[in-house]
Amino acid sequence: MTEALLRPPTLLVSRRAIFYWTIRALPVWVVLCGVQVMWLLGNDPSYRTARVAVLSATVALAAIHLIVMPQWRYRVHRWESTPEAVYAQSGWFTIERRIAPVSRIQTVDSHIGPFERLFRLANVTVTTASAAGPVRIHGLDRNTARTLVDDLIRTTQATPGDAT
Amino acid sequence: MTVPEQVTTPDQVADAGLEEPWRRLSIRMLAVHPVMELLRAIPFILIALVVGSRSTPGGGGLWGLVAVGITIVIGLLRWATTAYRVTPTQVQVRRGLLGKSVLTVPRDRVRTVDLTSHFMHRLLGLTRVAVGTGQTDRRQDSGLVLDGMAAAEGAHLREELLRRSVVAAAPSAQAPRETVVAALDPAWIRYGPFTLSGLVTIGVVAAFGWRIINETHINPDQITVVHNAAGQLQRVPLATAVAEVLVVGLIIVALFSTVGYVLAYWNFKLTRTAHGTLHISRGLITTRSTTIEERRLRGVEYSEPLLLRAVGAARAVAITTGLRVGRGAERGGTVLLPPAPAVHVRRVAADVLGDAVPISVPLARHPRAALRRRFTRALFGWLVLSGLALGLFWPLGHPLWTAYVALGLLPLFLLLAVDRYRSLGHAIVDGRVIFRQGSLVRRRYMIDGTGVVGWTMHQSFFQRRAGVLTLTATTAAGRQGYQLLDVTPATAVAIADEVQPGLLTPFLTAARS
Repeated sequence: MTEALLRPPTLLVSRRAIFYWTIRALPVWVVLCGVQVMWLLGNDPSYRTARVAVLSATVALAAIHLIVMPQWRYRVHRWESTPEAVYAQSGWFTIERRIAPVSRIQTVDSHIGPFERLFRLANVTVTTASAAGPVRIHGLDRNTARTLVDDLIRTTQATPGDAT
Repeated sequence: MTVPEQVTTPDQVADAGLEEPWRRLSIRMLAVHPVMELLRAIPFILIALVVGSRSTPGGGGLWGLVAVGITIVIGLLRWATTAYRVTPTQVQVRRGLLGKSVLTVPRDRVRTVDLTSHFMHRLLGLTRVAVGTGQTDRRQDSGLVLDGMAAAEGAHLREELLRRSVVAAAPSAQAPRETVVAALDPAWIRYGPFTLSGLVTIGVVAAFGWRIINETHINPDQITVVHNAAGQLQRVPLATAVAEVLVVGLIIVALFSTVGYVLAYWNFKLTRTAHGTLHISRGLITTRSTTIEERRLRGVEYSEPLLLRAVGAARAVAITTGLRVGRGAERGGTVLLPPAPAVHVRRVAADVLGDAVPISVPLARHPRAALRRRFTRALFGWLVLSGLALGLFWPLGHPLWTAYVALGLLPLFLLLAVDRYRSLGHAIVDGRVIFRQGSLVRRRYMIDGTGVVGWTMHQSFFQRRAGVLTLTATTAAGRQGYQLLDVTPATAVAIADEVQPGLLTPFLTAARS
């Protein structure tokens, strides 16, 4: 048996997705830092140094996360669609590759959340009969997403049956 | 895209011109629901009676009773507003008082029919019918469930729903021939204590007791039995006390587990009918009868919890669409064989699969990296537990037992790691995927490749460094996704490629070796 490996999908997502991921990760860090700042500004004087240290650590972590994570994601998130299969790769620290045969596709959804609207992005979710393995492609340019959805709907209509 | 299941308005249904009359649930159901609601409300009523006015400044008990009244009224309304009908192509359930809705399921979507009769149901000759379709799995709501149908009518409905294929193929009037695949041997009850199912029951009972004690402000120490037991435990040395509590605990768990086994599996029978269905019936007080269309059966899960494995027993679960493992009302509907001697379970699994190879074939081992990862994980778990134990070292005044616990746990964790590695394995037989994993519960999944609707390859940072990944075969049946831990990327590709030839081909490159 010749050994073969799966290569990453060929297509990258939109570059604007980098900003989208940054903005989406921001609220948690803002809340975390905000709470600590409020606590620091309160008139309880105990452990002031420790609190400042923890706050600085949080800010540093936030900065690293907000700078590294979106770039890393942008290098990982990729997708590809052929008449036979949809193939997507996502994640950053853990990487996940999902493949669904077009003949098993049940629904194709395109969704635009508030942050995605901000950056003119869209995500596409392809579900099969299994609750475990929807193929999700985030951070697509809106036009790309629309074309992909149209293509998938056309090809899935040609192939009946979903193995339930 | 076909929309296999939809909620339509009554008008649309009328437009479809379907002539079939609507059928009601049994009127006797009126007796079941209020009584069930009352039974459920017993704690509230007791509290209201016992405590009365002396506690609960908000009058919690009274509100509880009002809530009971409302639920009874809702039960009445449910009967009045629920109706169903079976047309040649569809099953429809009509519900709702103000907002009427009709749930329509095409009949060829019906995968399983599940009849459950609780104690009250049985007294009144009623049953609860749950129709499993591949689609309802992903819904939050209960899907097609008709609670409170006359038992005979329920059985008739099941026949009606699952028989169509035969009616079309061979319209002979003779009664369907049934062959018994397996039936409960009372000797199997000896495995009851090893199922530990009693732990759940004890948990529920304990929680219930705790609530009563809290709500009624009874001091447990005033109950003679508790007082005497506590006193005795305080007098004897610590080691004896610990041993006593353990032994008593074990006896109680064993007892509850055995009772649970008998209640759940008494009269267990697995039969195969002539029109291609598997029929499972079981239960002492609550009877359960599940019918699975064999064409939709995607495989069998052969599982061995550690204790059962130690006494040479196992159990089998069906992997089928329409019955999702461990979900609400469907829980336990998939049992193909209760805990029984392993030889027996393997025979039944082979019978149901129609092939004895998947259950007996030797499995391919996983790479050494998988073993290393089992060890790192076990050691990490051990470090966390030891950290907790040692965290108690100073606060409790330097007791040596913390160190003993930490040291004593180490070999257990290492053994667990080795066993977890030894459990890992995979094989492919005639397009059937066979995955095995787990130690505390070792599971062997045997899944039909035609039921696999996609693949997921998950690789954490550490898995990437170790050169392995987790392969998941997604399916519409059972657990929806079946994992294979820590295989090399090349093996994962080889498995997926053999099960679904050509799917991965456009995405492959030659190995970099």
